[in-house]
This record gives sequence, structure tokens and C-alpha cells, in this order.
Amino acid sequence: MEHLKNEMKMEFLAISTNEGFARVAVGAFVAELNPTVDELADIKTAVSEAVTNCIIHGYEQKEGSVWIQCSIQGRQVEISVTDTGKGIRDIEKAREPLFTTKPELERSGMGFAFMEAFMDEVEVVSEPWKGTCVTMRKTIGEA
Amino acid sequence: MEYKFEKDYGCLMLKMPRELDHHAAEYIKEEADSLILQYPVRSLVFDFSDTQFMDSSGIGVIIGRCKNVRFSGGYVKAVNLNEQIQRVFQLSGLMKIIDVE
Repeated sequence: MEHLKNEMKMEFLAISTNEGFARVAVGAFVAELNPTVDELADIKTAVSEAVTNCIIHGYEQKEGSVWIQCSIQGRQVEISVTDTGKGIRDIEKAREPLFTTKPELERSGMGFAFMEAFMDEVEVVSEPWKGTCVTMRKTIGEA
Repeated sequence: MEYKFEKDYGCLMLKMPRELDHHAAEYIKEEADSLILQYPVRSLVFDFSDTQFMDSSGIGVIIGRCKNVRFSGGYVKAVNLNEQIQRVFQLSGLMKIIDVE
């Protein structure tokens, strides 16, 4: 297979209807790598978690936009999900499984744990009141 | 919304939607809780036969409803999980909390 290089960017309103749109759009973009059903499900779940975090935590279900940048480099997919919301005060704490700042909304605190489980690498950059950018990478067809 | 339920002799069967994410979760929680409140549920069954996708938002839906039903001595189980949903159940520890068929 020739060495693939591709990139896409999208911006959408931070509302819950767009969670499905975002994961399907990213799934369609990575389709050219012929991911397995499991790999595709992993990517869609990770994107869904990141976008849901922007909506619930970044903007606390108020107005805002979410940006997704997605690139393919060979067999590696890199996905960045960015918001300009309230940011994360303690990233290490936020990444702990079962930690949530919103138990009243029945949030399970498993968002970052899922991103980490389903992707190869997860990087979080955040600044209070500036926003958060989550970058995730996964190599397709490794096994 | 593709949301259905069946009631039969104290058993409430909740048909989960095609995609169980944060968007769907909000609606289901509300519907399920109002049913549980109106109806004496002895056993609650989450039916995932139509569900193709679930993320961590679904975990909150299940645990929350479990608490409500078990509080009054009820029993909870989940049925017809596809592979992706089984992985989500396993990773989150839901497998240890409720019976899966």
C-alpha cells in the first residue's frame, strides 16, 4: 500500500446531537485505512468521549464550538478535539478512572479511561478559561 | 426517538436505542425513572438487541437505574450485548455490577 497522508478539519456547535455526527464523520475519514470493526469502534468511542467532555465539562452545556482535526500519516491516525471552554484545573486527577466533577449528572468518570483504553496514546493540554485540547493517536492494522 | 419499553408482571424491559451516548442518555434516564416511579418494578431488563454503539455515558444510565430499582429490592440485568458493548461493560466494571446474558 502506498504511504498515505491525509488531513481534515471540522467545526461544529457544542450540542449533544453532534456527538453522533462527530464520531461518524471521523469514522468515515479513517475508512481509507480499512480498519477492522473493532478498530473503528475504538476510534468512534474515543471521539465520542472527547466530544462529550467538551459539551458537558468544557462548556457546561452552554454555547460553544468544538473543533476536530484529524490526520492520517501512513497507518497512524491522529485526532485532536479542541474546545475553548473552562479548561481542566488538574489534568492528572481528571484522567483518573472514576473521577468526575459531575456525579449529579450521573457521569461515570470513565471518559479519559476509555480514550486511553481504545487509543494508543492520549495527550491532554488545558488551561483554565482558555480551553482544552485532547490529542489521540492510534495505529491501524497493527496486529 | 427509537425508544420502547414493555411491562409484564413486575418486569420492566427497556429497549435501548441504536446509539447510547450522552445525547440519548438524557432522554432515557428521564423516561426510565418516570416508569420506575409509576410502576412497581421487581426486575428491570436492559435490552441491547438494537444497540450498535455505547460510550461511557451509557454507564451512568445503567448504574443510576440500578440504584433506583435495587433500592426497592428489585433485580437488574442486561441482555443481547454486541461485542463493542461487552467491551464497554468489561472495561467499566459493569459486568461485576449487573448480570449479563
